[in-house]
Amino acid sequence: MPNVTLRIFRGDRESGKTADYEIPLTPGMVVLDALHYVQKYQAADLAVRWNCKAGKCGSCSAEVNGRPRLTCKTRMDSLPQDKPITILPMKSFPVIKDLVTDVSWNYKVNKKIPAFQPRPGTDWKMWQKDVDRVQEFRKCIECFLCQNVCHVLRDHDKHEEFGGPRFFVRIAGLEMHPLDGVSRTALLKKELGLGLCNITKCCTEVCPEEIHITNNAIIPLKERVVDEFYDPVLRLVRKIRGA
Amino acid sequence: MNDKFETHEHDVLIIGAGGAGLRAAIEALGHGASVGIVCKSLLGKAHTVMAEGGIAAAMANVDAADDWRTHFGDTMRGGKFLNNWRMAQIHAQEAPDRVRELEQWGALFDRTDDGRILQRAFGGHSFKRLCHVGDRTGLEMIRTLQDRGVQMGIDVYMECTITRLLSDAGRISGAFGYWRENGRFVVFKAKSIVLATGGIGKAWPITSNSWEYTGDGMALAYEAGAELMDMEFVQFHPTGMVWPPGVQGLLVTEAVRGEGGILRNKNGERFMERYDPKRMELSTRDVVARAIYTEVKEGRGTEHGGAFLDISHKPAEYVKRKLPSMYHQFLELADVDITKGPMEVGPTCHYMMGGVRVEAETAASTLPGLFAAGEVAAGLHGANRLGGNSLSDLLVFGRRAGVAAAEYAKKQSVASVDSAQIDAAEREALAPFERSTNENPYMLHADLQQTMQSLVGIFRIEQDLQSALGKIAALKERAQRLSISGSRMFNPGWHLCADLKSMLTVSEAVTLCALARKESRGAHSRLDFPKFDPIWGKQNNIISRRGGEMSLQQRPTPEMPQELQKLVDGEKGAGA
Ligand SMILES: Cc1cc2nc3c(=O)[nH]c(=O)nc-3n(C[C@H](O)[C@H](O)[C@H](O)COP(=O)(O)OP(=O)(O)OC[C@H]3O[C@@H](n4cnc5c(N)ncnc54)[C@H](O)[C@@H]3O)c2cc1C
Ligand code: SF4
Ligand code: SF4
Ligand code: FES
Repeated sequence: MPNVTLRIFRGDRESGKTADYEIPLTPGMVVLDALHYVQKYQAADLAVRWNCKAGKCGSCSAEVNGRPRLTCKTRMDSLPQDKPITILPMKSFPVIKDLVTDVSWNYKVNKKIPAFQPRPGTDWKMWQKDVDRVQEFRKCIECFLCQNVCHVLRDHDKHEEFGGPRFFVRIAGLEMHPLDGVSRTALLKKELGLGLCNITKCCTEVCPEEIHITNNAIIPLKERVVDEFYDPVLRLVRKIRGA
Repeated sequence: MNDKFETHEHDVLIIGAGGAGLRAAIEALGHGASVGIVCKSLLGKAHTVMAEGGIAAAMANVDAADDWRTHFGDTMRGGKFLNNWRMAQIHAQEAPDRVRELEQWGALFDRTDDGRILQRAFGGHSFKRLCHVGDRTGLEMIRTLQDRGVQMGIDVYMECTITRLLSDAGRISGAFGYWRENGRFVVFKAKSIVLATGGIGKAWPITSNSWEYTGDGMALAYEAGAELMDMEFVQFHPTGMVWPPGVQGLLVTEAVRGEGGILRNKNGERFMERYDPKRMELSTRDVVARAIYTEVKEGRGTEHGGAFLDISHKPAEYVKRKLPSMYHQFLELADVDITKGPMEVGPTCHYMMGGVRVEAETAASTLPGLFAAGEVAAGLHGANRLGGNSLSDLLVFGRRAGVAAAEYAKKQSVASVDSAQIDAAEREALAPFERSTNENPYMLHADLQQTMQSLVGIFRIEQDLQSALGKIAALKERAQRLSISGSRMFNPGWHLCADLKSMLTVSEAVTLCALARKESRGAHSRLDFPKFDPIWGKQNNIISRRGGEMSLQQRPTPEMPQELQKLVDGEKGAGA
């Protein structure tokens, strides 16, 4: 098989530029395999995050030829090989080194979200059809690719006012849990800036877990916020029905 | 006290943020201790996130006849009676409560028609026992625990690697490590420590394990003076991917067989008929792994040296719903649609049954103040682990370790940390930068993996194991000459130098124990001793550090009380 060139960002918070590495292709190779090849034979100190190499942990996010991807799930043979393949760190987070970014902001946002709390007196019976809907949100592997593409964060840098699609997904999972008894709508409206989302659906497009972030999480949450603030009775009915 | 370094102080320090570490942290905090938890990766990325098939607990939601006694019996039988019976009993009795607790903390398991937690069949379990969420059970579990822990206010130190435990007058006093991000050193002072660092699979090239699985916890415990046990028992999971090369070893969950998947060789024969006609594909892992290995070795393997695993006789929609990540994994990484055709699979290094020797009730190691839970600990699984018994292990013994570590801490004052120990740890960590010997950590790692794969694999024999010991000694010499370039900022080559030290220690322990155990039992198969030996069936291998050298001795397994013996009678020596 032929050789290909990887054009990888090398640098840190202060400065950096891309460097080219030529590597031999092997059948079925993914971008992360190629990065490991570079570490082993050409640049032992190339910083890359990864864990499972199976699309399950969400550690290996980067921008491959301009598209935010999991590098462990991006096949080399799906990319044009006649020109260098560029691999850059996620743009919306500060670079630590090479492809590793500082994603600690996400963990701070997460802390603001009240955990699941069962309604009093629940008997712990749940039906698969109700659970199905929530399980979609619980598939999230926290790759933060949706956070990375959302223009509110990427172009407008509103990290202080906006929670980002990942956390709307998380809140949707809690709010629509059939037995949950807490309301997080005030948090959504006031602290996490749900209103700043103008439903561009860029987040949905990049989600490796194929979560319908906009249609199934964000839009229903927006409706809840409206109900809560303008029609509290309807909201109460919903909560009791576990919808 | 050495004030050169960033220092943090906690009653209880937990090393590892997978299922066991998080469960321990939640419990220790609940018992009033101040708790810090350290992990090598970001929070939520530990190995537990990868677990697929489910968590074993005798809830009897699907098969009403199930109860803890049957689960206990299955676990002992699966472990070929080398298990610590008390751990197996506690585990079987407490697992259902631990699962219910997860549900009460927000986990959403798949449901039965009457609204309870659904359970599926798995190898070696007499009943449908595995609570699951499709094939991403581990993700559900780690998120639930992580969210709970964060809400309770646990201090999390992410991307921080511990390289030494510190001790004071024979008891634990803290730990030393570095931040992966900037390479700076950090000292943790603690009254007690829980190790929850997981397994050792990265010492083999074909493995389902991530880069984190370098045996750090076992090596740290060993260096600090605690005992290790049963290190010869390394589980090779029968079904890993074999093609393409980049994904070799990646796990194909046992749930595929649990849901009805069939194994065939290249001639189309359902070969399990010859190895375990009764249980067929749902035989225990050791049996199925050896069967596939033997088929391939005798020339009946697939093009890429594996066996066919087929689930395509089930409706495509069912397969996609029950095994979504397997469906995507094969489609995206191997161009195979598993609803239409078979997968190619072969054995992959998966799980460590051996580890830190602990007390059943408290998860206490033999070193005062040091506890261990989860994959890093030994005892529960004996010679072979049943699928689904790890996730339950994490919860049951994670919780117990958390209680015991918190209680221990209450009775202790803060021990002092010895600056000589810290200086030594610092020198050791920095040494690879100071050498210009050109010994590359990646090459050393590859050589170690090659040694373990070819000489300490599924089938073992005296001369291979002897030769492995010689090679490991030579690799240890080379490790003294490791050198690295670049800075201390997020430098994976440098990180690997520390990981290699652990891998070499555990590899040596595995090989020593494998050489000593002159019989075949569970995951340990000796070509030169193919049968059970009744004497070996009653003793554990114990590794400890004596005069700077690794030493091995045997200790009798604890005697099982009559009433438990009755539960498993007639089973002794069954099913090699
Ligand atoms: C692909 C796969 C599928 C599996 N499926 C199942 C299943 O369906 N059912 C089942 O029961 N079991 C399953 N298992 C096994 C099970 O997932 C693991 O045994 C279990 O998750 C281990 O959990 P743990 O808490 O012991 O360790 P882990 O979850 O691995 O956590 C270890 C932690 O220790 C940290 N750590 C390690 N070394 C250091 C150090 N030096 N300093 C600081 N931190 C450190 C790591 O960063 C990590 O946070 C599966 C395993 C794999 C690989
Ligand atoms: S739909 Fe909303 S959250 Fe998603 S990318 Fe667009 S603005 Fe961001
Ligand atoms: S919602 Fe999807 S894209 Fe966003 S973090 Fe989760 S898995 Fe990644
Ligand atoms: S390494 Fe886990 S998702 Fe890529």
